[in-house]
Amino acid sequence: MTLPGSWEMVVGLEVHTELKTATKMFCGCANHFGAEPNTNVCPVCLGLPGSLPVLNERAVELAMAIGMALHSRIAPSTFHRKNYFYPDMPKDFQISQYDLPINSGGYLDLPDGSRVTIERAHLEEDTGKSTHLGGSGRIHGAERSLVDYNRSGVPLVEIVSGPDIRSSAQARAYAAELRGILIATGASDGRMEEGSMRIDANVSVRKSGDPFGTRCEIKNLNSLRSLHRAIDYEALRQIEVIEEGGVIRQETRHWDENLGVTSTMRTKEEAEDYRYFREPDLVDLAPEQGWQDRIRLSLPAMPAERRTKLAERLNAPTPAQLDAVGVVIDLDLEVFVNAAIDAGVDPVLAIARTANELAGGIEGIKNLTPDAFTATLLMEQSGQLSATQAKTVLGELLAHGGEPAGIVAAKGFEQLSSDSLGSTVESLIAENPDEWARYCEGDEKLAQFFIGQVMKLTKGQANGKAVIAELQTRR
Amino acid sequence: MKTAQQIARDVRSGESSAQSELDASLAAIRGRNEELNVFLYVDEAGARAAAAAIDEKVAKGDAVGPLAGVPIAIKDNMCQVGIPTTCSSKILEGWRPPYNATVIDRLVAAGAVPVGKTNLDEFAMGSSTENSAFGPTRNPLDPSRVPGGSSGGSAAAVAADMTPIALGSDTGGSIRQPAALCGLVGVKPSYGLVSRYGLIAFASSLDQIGPFSKTVMDSAILLETIAGHDPMDSTSLPEPAPSLSAHVEDGVVGKRIALVRELIEGADADVVASVNRAVEALKDAGASIIEISIPELHLGLSAYYLIAPAEASSNLARYDGVRFGLRVDAEDVEAMNTATRTAGFGAEVKRRIMLGTYALSAGYFDAYYGQALKVRTQMINAFQRAYAQADLLIGATAPSVAFPFGSKTSNPMAMYLSDVFTIPTNLAGEAAISVPFGTGEAGLPTGVQLLGPGRSEAQLFAAARVLELAEVGS
Ligand SMILES: [Zn+2]
Repeated sequence: MTLPGSWEMVVGLEVHTELKTATKMFCGCANHFGAEPNTNVCPVCLGLPGSLPVLNERAVELAMAIGMALHSRIAPSTFHRKNYFYPDMPKDFQISQYDLPINSGGYLDLPDGSRVTIERAHLEEDTGKSTHLGGSGRIHGAERSLVDYNRSGVPLVEIVSGPDIRSSAQARAYAAELRGILIATGASDGRMEEGSMRIDANVSVRKSGDPFGTRCEIKNLNSLRSLHRAIDYEALRQIEVIEEGGVIRQETRHWDENLGVTSTMRTKEEAEDYRYFREPDLVDLAPEQGWQDRIRLSLPAMPAERRTKLAERLNAPTPAQLDAVGVVIDLDLEVFVNAAIDAGVDPVLAIARTANELAGGIEGIKNLTPDAFTATLLMEQSGQLSATQAKTVLGELLAHGGEPAGIVAAKGFEQLSSDSLGSTVESLIAENPDEWARYCEGDEKLAQFFIGQVMKLTKGQANGKAVIAELQTRR
Repeated sequence: MKTAQQIARDVRSGESSAQSELDASLAAIRGRNEELNVFLYVDEAGARAAAAAIDEKVAKGDAVGPLAGVPIAIKDNMCQVGIPTTCSSKILEGWRPPYNATVIDRLVAAGAVPVGKTNLDEFAMGSSTENSAFGPTRNPLDPSRVPGGSSGGSAAAVAADMTPIALGSDTGGSIRQPAALCGLVGVKPSYGLVSRYGLIAFASSLDQIGPFSKTVMDSAILLETIAGHDPMDSTSLPEPAPSLSAHVEDGVVGKRIALVRELIEGADADVVASVNRAVEALKDAGASIIEISIPELHLGLSAYYLIAPAEASSNLARYDGVRFGLRVDAEDVEAMNTATRTAGFGAEVKRRIMLGTYALSAGYFDAYYGQALKVRTQMINAFQRAYAQADLLIGATAPSVAFPFGSKTSNPMAMYLSDVFTIPTNLAGEAAISVPFGTGEAGLPTGVQLLGPGRSEAQLFAAARVLELAEVGS
């Protein structure tokens, strides 16, 4: 979406990601989504009197891995208490990092070549989860509230970007790229629908070249689509307010997914005083160099690097092919592409089949081996299978597993090769003498006519290249 | 009454039994608990089962720990599975913890028999045990007077011969001051020496659990039993428990001990006289004595009354009526929080929550809490300079002997001054011990305080033992 006139939006994102640790941040309870309510709890994550936090080393490692992937500086850091009352926060304070975060600075390069700076990526604990029954579904006016503390104390990293984002599409690209990094580092499963990645967006507008305008923070955007829509809505809302002579108040706003609008949650004047102070129950966190080095060495390649590497296997790739490369990396399917290319499959074909057919049937990907994928594509490339047949075989492999040769035999695809195709082509030549004559005179367009006819007769089971070969031997 | 050391020896040798020692303890509790209000809860069934288990082990020839069969009183701010734990507050009334404090596990492993939970100033905020929601504890030596606080119940339990030893907690003097007022040995260990896991927090950066006893040796045995690294407490020192009882008889020959002017300033004349006599006794035992001034100690009280309430305001936020303890129902969650806290907390707790909330608030943080942290650093540096000149420091524990009920309750500042000599050690995270030495007004005991740097407990016990020998001659 483009904004009217010379308006420009200025967006910074705060992404909260739950870390994929075995246990919670400050206790030994399982960090596991979907368990029966209040079963993964203990005195520490219930904030019972007398309990004390002990920092989970794995959470620190994953936080450092995120920082390293974002080119941040890893520095000695401290924990603070953020004090406010809320029923799903058992201690009525949240342990977070304040003036000294574990990761400061850094940047994230997006596929379109733009760079978004990272201000910080710090550790904090998650709260429990409230469900409000009756009323509007919010705490005010609810008849009763239920709290599940399974999520209480789950480790989070909050990644704060600079105000560098200028469009909702760029915001979405940033979030998607960040999600890829979180998955690659093993820090997160990136499941936004389960709340393991939640986004707050700071949005302001200005006439390009002007200083930054007053920003509003939109809370808890739980999908890339919501992020995109909420930012666009909010930017347009602010422009409308200003153009009508109003001023933007700094406030926190709520995104209503159903209505597609943002609304005031609380103004700056109503903002809480969190009374941050050093958490006296924890010691300072200063990861020693050796520990940092071990994490750095264990980091896998990030999506950007993997995209570049895969794109290098294509000769002068088109934008559409680069998009397909992006899909392959996003879905972590390089192993199929690489196996096929290494076995002699055309990289364009390998990437296209992966980005389309495998991506389309991703839920069955565990049924497919790189060998079966490669064998299918080799048959397609040699003309033994038509494109349609190859796609059918891949669909069958994804749905039920098995061997390509067996599927080809069972579907009867083999009979179409050579002999039967030859006789089909001969009868078509006999039935269409005019077209055949023009083709023989050099009108290559007529090849498409014959291919179309063959496809019709064989219900799409013939291979276009093989049809041309049959036509040419008879010309 | 027998000491803990004697009881454990007799139980191990079969000369006595854990059950008969427990009977004696329970009889003493029955005898005076109503009068003195020492125990809020006596776990007779649990204690009997524990004592029987010890006796069975002895009978079978199994190993039993250094505190085998020793009854012990526990300040009611330490968690014990299934035992009501109140912090002497209405807000926790009826709450039974589902877990043990680390110190409880260690006591039980050492064969000790916890008999019950003792009274305290609500959430350990006070110096007289008058701030308990369940009524004040009386000083067994003179029931018209306070036992000190906040660990007044634990001090009274030992002073009244209900148990030979007890655990207290010391945030600004809450073990040492009642020890002095009840004529006992009381120790504030170095910060991190004893795990705080399961100790209900007042001010996390200052709280330490420590022993009460009649003899120096009993405190040494008790402290080495509960000390040592605990993976459940991030601020716990990394090393295992130090050997302390083995050093009690080390003496003070060649030790440099400094009398600190600020640690007797403003104390009653009889208290100062006792300190001076203690200095002489240490000199007679071979210590070299100097006199020094640490002017920074004057700042301790004000820094403490910002840092401790600030931490408390956050530590006590969880008493919101949502998950445990008292709940006063109201319109909505916020109103329920407010109604619960209004009904559940006493006046002194509310005062400190408000003080601490204010000190941490935006716009005031730097002037109050931030400034207090700077003073705390100055205090640490000042002690460090003092310990370059001396191995240990000496002064008074409390400005006076036990005072009558009500004499300071109307003036919080006068009450706060009871801890003026003990607070600096907590701010610095160091160690100190109060030893009964001499008497003052009305023949009541006076306490002498020995202070040392972090991890100096062995030296402190040795010096305390010199004073004990000088006083009682055994
Ligand atoms: Zn837990």
